[in-house]
Amino acid sequence: MLEHAELAWLLPKTGRRHHKQGRTNAPVFGIETDMAGGGSFDTFPKLLLRNAAQLGTRPAFRHKDLGIWQSWTWAQVAEIVRAYAAGLHRLGLQPGDTIAVVGSNRPKLYWTMMAAQVLCAIPVPVYSDAVADELAFVLAHAEAKFVAAQDQEQVDKILSVSDRLPQLSKIVYDERRGLEGYDHSRIIAIGDVIEDGRAALAADAALGARIDEFVRAAKGSDIAIILYTSGTTGAPKGVMLSARGCIDAATDTTRFDRLTDRDVVLAYLPLAWAGDHYVSYVQGLVAGFCIACPESGDTIEQDRREIGPTFYLAPPRGFEAMLTRLMVRMEDAAPIKRRLFSYFLDVAWRYGEQVLTGRPVPLSGRLLYGLGRWLVYEPLKNVLGLSLVRVAYTGGEAIGPELFAFYRSIGLNLKQLYGQTEAFLYVTCQPDGEIYSDTVGPRAPNVDIRIAESGEVQFRSPGMFLGYFKDQAKTAEAMTSDGYVRTGDAGFFDEKTGHLKIIDRAKDVGRLADGTMFAPKYLENRLKFYPNIKEAVTFGDSRDFVCAMLNIDPVAVANWAERNNVAYGSYQELAGHPLVYDMVAKDVAEVNRSLAKETVLAGAQVRRFLILPKELDADDGELTRTQKVRRRFIAERYAPLVTALYNGSQEADISTEVTLEDGRKGTIAARVKVRDMQVIGPAESLGIAA
Amino acid sequence: MRAPDTNEILLQVEGVALAFGGVKALRDVSFNVRKGEIRAIIGPNGAGKTSMLNVVNGFYHPNRGVITFKGRTRAKMQPFEAARGGIARTFQNVALFKGMSALDNIMAGRTLKVRRGLLWQMLRYGPALAEEAEHRRKVEEIIDFLEIETIRKVPVGRLPYGLQKRVELGRALAMEPDLLLLDEPMAGMNLEEKEDMSRFITDVNNHYGTAIALIEHDMAVVMDLSDRVAVLDHGVKIADGTPDEVKKSQAVIDAYLGVAH
Repeated sequence: MLEHAELAWLLPKTGRRHHKQGRTNAPVFGIETDMAGGGSFDTFPKLLLRNAAQLGTRPAFRHKDLGIWQSWTWAQVAEIVRAYAAGLHRLGLQPGDTIAVVGSNRPKLYWTMMAAQVLCAIPVPVYSDAVADELAFVLAHAEAKFVAAQDQEQVDKILSVSDRLPQLSKIVYDERRGLEGYDHSRIIAIGDVIEDGRAALAADAALGARIDEFVRAAKGSDIAIILYTSGTTGAPKGVMLSARGCIDAATDTTRFDRLTDRDVVLAYLPLAWAGDHYVSYVQGLVAGFCIACPESGDTIEQDRREIGPTFYLAPPRGFEAMLTRLMVRMEDAAPIKRRLFSYFLDVAWRYGEQVLTGRPVPLSGRLLYGLGRWLVYEPLKNVLGLSLVRVAYTGGEAIGPELFAFYRSIGLNLKQLYGQTEAFLYVTCQPDGEIYSDTVGPRAPNVDIRIAESGEVQFRSPGMFLGYFKDQAKTAEAMTSDGYVRTGDAGFFDEKTGHLKIIDRAKDVGRLADGTMFAPKYLENRLKFYPNIKEAVTFGDSRDFVCAMLNIDPVAVANWAERNNVAYGSYQELAGHPLVYDMVAKDVAEVNRSLAKETVLAGAQVRRFLILPKELDADDGELTRTQKVRRRFIAERYAPLVTALYNGSQEADISTEVTLEDGRKGTIAARVKVRDMQVIGPAESLGIAA
Repeated sequence: MRAPDTNEILLQVEGVALAFGGVKALRDVSFNVRKGEIRAIIGPNGAGKTSMLNVVNGFYHPNRGVITFKGRTRAKMQPFEAARGGIARTFQNVALFKGMSALDNIMAGRTLKVRRGLLWQMLRYGPALAEEAEHRRKVEEIIDFLEIETIRKVPVGRLPYGLQKRVELGRALAMEPDLLLLDEPMAGMNLEEKEDMSRFITDVNNHYGTAIALIEHDMAVVMDLSDRVAVLDHGVKIADGTPDEVKKSQAVIDAYLGVAH
């Protein structure tokens, strides 16, 4: 804990007084503060000062080092960051300079961002697993003058490309190991920078005044950070965010989920990802909660158990991996435990969601669930380190309904959100008690969303980006003329729940002749959900109705054929079998029934379908190498079949070339039947559902 | 890059001979290890490499010859005396306490550094506890150094071989030795594990300035890691020098490839 005298710099000249540490709502900078939000604190250094003054003795950071959780209070962090900033200032970091941050979640790297922001410099976190080449691209594009690197590995990577980085002047690093023998004219330990800054501050009062002046003069509208997108589609783009925007957005969401300084997060996601920056850094500063950094990337599970985070964000695959590991371990458990587990999982399946959302549950169910909680669910959450989680989010991609339901059924308040780096961060999120596996929730507070003519989701949000760094053209592309950001995703607001549903990438979405939205991937995924259907290709853009070409799954259908004494000689014969058609027709009818419930898509039910006599294959160019259907190519290749689907004929002949395993070409000729489907009205669908 | 090499001799072995009945394992072998260097001992199977290490750390007592370690010449010595003197080693076949956790195994390496008596330790109170915390800190530094945080609490018997080797190295390091003897530290490892282990060996050498004598069969590793290489064949030293010199030595080529008759 720091002495009061050392804390004095945290307080404005006019408001300096004996400050009682701990949580108060005392005026700092002469303004009433509200711990639930950023309030009038429009930059991160100001927030840091506020936290140091109001939450001085509360933990700000924890990091497991040498097997022990080390803690720093907000007051300590403020002192360290000030010294660090002074040290960086002496090394020549100027306002407006960029400083790249490369490494995993370490307090010193978060402090680097804070110290840079104190000096009005711009931190640029970079993915630490990027190879040297990618790293060089981002560092060069960001014109990084400084780099903060975690360890020898990162330093080596940067040094290996330093000839491509003329602006680079200094590398600061966190972990000394292996770097002892390096030429230290360009690299310096963060610890030494802090020490140097501390000594300089003690010796020279004017330096302290200069640093404090930076903080006072900084504006919320300045660029606070540049987050580079991962660059899955083209070169990475630097998303510029303003301090005020970040803080306003996080203020809204901390209120929405009632986050306070008593909360704890485990900072384990990549520093460069907007998700971590939002959840750990920005929300941490805004709400004043503790940011816990794991010991290493491999110990996250153990560390999560020890820390017990109360707020948790993970992409769907994170939850999936957790469940898989759990199931594998369950396989090794004693038989009685396995039986207990599966019995109470069934109970959870039946009553869990209702219990969690507070809907009525029969007494017997309530009792059983209570017993299950005691015997299975709580121990399970304990093992996963999720016991204390109040709010958990998943986002980034669609989560499997079963996976989602599993976590909710055992009592984890898992919700979905939708957002992107450009929005920093959510534009929609599900409130407690309004949870659906297929929606991403209603508008987040203060976010304005509209669905464009094309079906594209467009938004304006408090945290909205200022533009892409040094890329006017891309910025213009991402915005509409009236100031909305294009997400590139197509979606619609579900009428029943008022939640947003994301259905497809906007460029793939088309319209039927009558104007109904046609989202091919959405339909195809619905169809492929059934085990009998392996691939689906849907047509409908500018047509009168929707048709589908299907591939049966040879394994599932062959298995069915064996059990039902259906004889067949080849894939082609099996695919054309009337009984197979009947079976698949049932699946398609199911899809139609569920589509009928969605007003926007009810008109896009599958009217006719056929089963292709051959499997779609990447060797024939029908699929991409990542197994995505190439719709346009298939339409050309099977043109006679498409014609038959739309001209009402009951069958059509097709002859097509196939590439055999050994590279030789062969030809398949077949007569393919077309099956008509019933279109289901909304009333009917409800009748069946009830 | 590495700790400054001095030419100061840490270990001097002179005219050592060792025989088991009629089998002459070592015949008049002399070599030395300098402070802070990495010294490799290579040779075909049965050349006497492990015997040499066993002689150095007091497992075997040579029939003839003198061993001088840190300026002190000794005739007969027990392994624990060698350990106390600052010689630590790992074994060709991992020799860990299988049922104990990685942490406890490495803690065991601190045994000789424990100052409080058995009674204090049993009470685990006051000064004894403070001392244990201090040892634990050292051990945690090693765990951090070898990047084995994840397996801290895992019983060693359940670990894959590569990690067991790493734990064994950790236990040897816990003694804070002046001389580290590594008997085939990379035997049975895949390429990635070998690269990791090579990195740890150079890091130990750089960071702690520990002199290392190692036996290894992987020539690429040996030539890459070591400052000087001694070659044994049938208990006789046939070459000694830098990796380049050794590679060119006709005697070595003959020993490895055989001589045309």
